[in-house]
Amino acid sequence: MVRLAVDLNRCQGYAQCAFLAPDVFAMHGDEALLYAPEADESQRARLAQAAAACPVQAVLVDAVDVPADVPDEAVSGAR
Amino acid sequence: MPGDGSLERLRREGRIVVVGASLAGLRAAEALRAKGFEGSLTMIGDEPHEPYDRPPLSKQVLLGRAAADRTALPRLRPVDATWRLGVPASGLDMAARRVRLADGDEVPYDRLLIATGVRARPWPHEAEAELDGVFVLRTRDDSAALARRLDAGPKRVLVIGAGFTGSEIASACRERGLPVTVAERGSAPLVGALGGVVGSVAAELQREHGVDLRCGVMVTALEGDTSGRVRAAHLSDGSTVEADVVIVSLGATRNTEWLAGSGLGAGPRGIACDAGCRAFDIRGIVTDDIYAAGDVARSPHALFGYQFLSLEHWGNAVSQARIAAHNMLSESTDRLPHMEVPAFWSAQFGVNIKSVGAPSLGTEILISQGSLQERRFVGVYGYQGRVIGAVAFDHARWLPFYRELIETTASFPPPFDNVDRRPGGQRPIDADFPDPSVPTHGPTVTLSGYSPADRRMTFTPAH
Ligand SMILES: Cc1cc2nc3c(=O)[nH]c(=O)nc-3n(C[C@H](O)[C@H](O)[C@H](O)COP(=O)(O)OP(=O)(O)OC[C@H]3O[C@@H](n4cnc5c(N)ncnc54)[C@H](O)[C@@H]3O)c2cc1C
Ligand code: SF4
Repeated sequence: MVRLAVDLNRCQGYAQCAFLAPDVFAMHGDEALLYAPEADESQRARLAQAAAACPVQAVLVDAVDVPADVPDEAVSGAR
Repeated sequence: MPGDGSLERLRREGRIVVVGASLAGLRAAEALRAKGFEGSLTMIGDEPHEPYDRPPLSKQVLLGRAAADRTALPRLRPVDATWRLGVPASGLDMAARRVRLADGDEVPYDRLLIATGVRARPWPHEAEAELDGVFVLRTRDDSAALARRLDAGPKRVLVIGAGFTGSEIASACRERGLPVTVAERGSAPLVGALGGVVGSVAAELQREHGVDLRCGVMVTALEGDTSGRVRAAHLSDGSTVEADVVIVSLGATRNTEWLAGSGLGAGPRGIACDAGCRAFDIRGIVTDDIYAAGDVARSPHALFGYQFLSLEHWGNAVSQARIAAHNMLSESTDRLPHMEVPAFWSAQFGVNIKSVGAPSLGTEILISQGSLQERRFVGVYGYQGRVIGAVAFDHARWLPFYRELIETTASFPPPFDNVDRRPGGQRPIDADFPDPSVPTHGPTVTLSGYSPADRRMTFTPAH
């Protein structure tokens, strides 16, 4: 799984991302962007392309594989 | 002390503790590591989840396009932290520099970042709030529970409060074909954040999309059936709405109770801090080891006469987190002020709504581009002869221009002759904000202190 977020303050709705990774990004109405906050591993390459193509660098993609520092079951007192 | 090596020591082997493991907390942790902090980092969060993103909770999740437990924030770099999740911080000892946890543990720090955010204001009547089918929406768990209930196809959804979150919920429900009633105390949706002129456009949008919108009314009571499920709501105009799902969307309360008695300048309005995110103590003296960022912070903003602002904005949490992280690791002369122009977005009823600056501080509005009738426009807000905010409905591309006007304290009405300005958009009109002494749940920018320019004092003798 790849996690992502879009800084929608920056996003200008140019839709390059929706063109490059249509399974992850879609326009909703004329201007609003909807995205899947977690995408399938198979989307990783497309996502990287989309993030690179975004003219305002609004697409934030996981730079860390599976965060090794968070325990799977985070519990109180976990170290 | 500058130059005595203490900062170097802090960077190398210091202990930084972050309370509140969400957007501001995570982004600050990443920024600390990016700036070369090599000491120990502890992330304390009362939710049992790793940091996740909240905006999708009222949008993608309710539309059924994403699962609530699939909204974890992307990691921009490893933070190599000790995570204490599922346990709240319950106290702070400023003298001993320790955070107390609810499980009895204590965590010592050299620098502390407080990013405990806000929580949804619950329905004030406790027994009614506990009825099955009554929800608030702030956390992943709230969103998961609500999404499940919407999947089951309720007969009617009632949303109490038409701020941004309430309106987004109503929008998602309508898109799924569910019957929705929205009850709002103010004169229109979004009126607290954007004023009545823009609020009336939001009202039309809701009605056009089939929302049964009732403004100027209050919900006075929720009624349950014999099995404890909500079945109806009673309104102040005497009417009754039958609904099997009720979402209470009445704004937020700051998570500062755990700091009571600590001596830190924290209260119901948030944690007061300086423009560099350093928290004040209750004497009004700035601390040098405690910082605040995100929804819980309130700080003076240079662009708004150094008045204290509380901003419940995603972008504000991110930028304050960076400023706090930078300043923690900097000599006093290298510190940076938090100066970013506030910015916010919302998507509802197919319209992309974005704002810059602080519309809710404005008194006048001018429709500088597009038109209200077409619901595609830019509205510029003015305050005392200067541009103080702007909002765009499906016109987001123009906002950077207005941000610049705000940054440069351009005069209002704006001097440019706009190509696209329409008749009726030529002159400013009253932005029609509700009386500030009447609480609304709309604004996401709140003035939370006195202007230093305001020297009046009122003395009210006790009778
Ligand atoms: C449904 C929804 C939709 C939104 N949509 C938008 C949007 O479209 N655009 C926009 O700009 N903003 C939006 N926001 C606002 C945005 O999500 C917030 O501004 C942002 O989450 C603030 O981040 P934060 O880290 O300051 O606080 P929070 O995200 O509130 O995190 C604070 C964390 O601290 C924890 N905590 C509290 N007390 C303690 C304690 N004593 N000990 C330990 N941990 C504690 C809390 O449980 C929480 O996990 C939305 C918010 C919600 C809820
Ligand atoms: S490419 Fe960037 S600016 Fe364009 S829609 Fe996607 S995120 Fe927004």
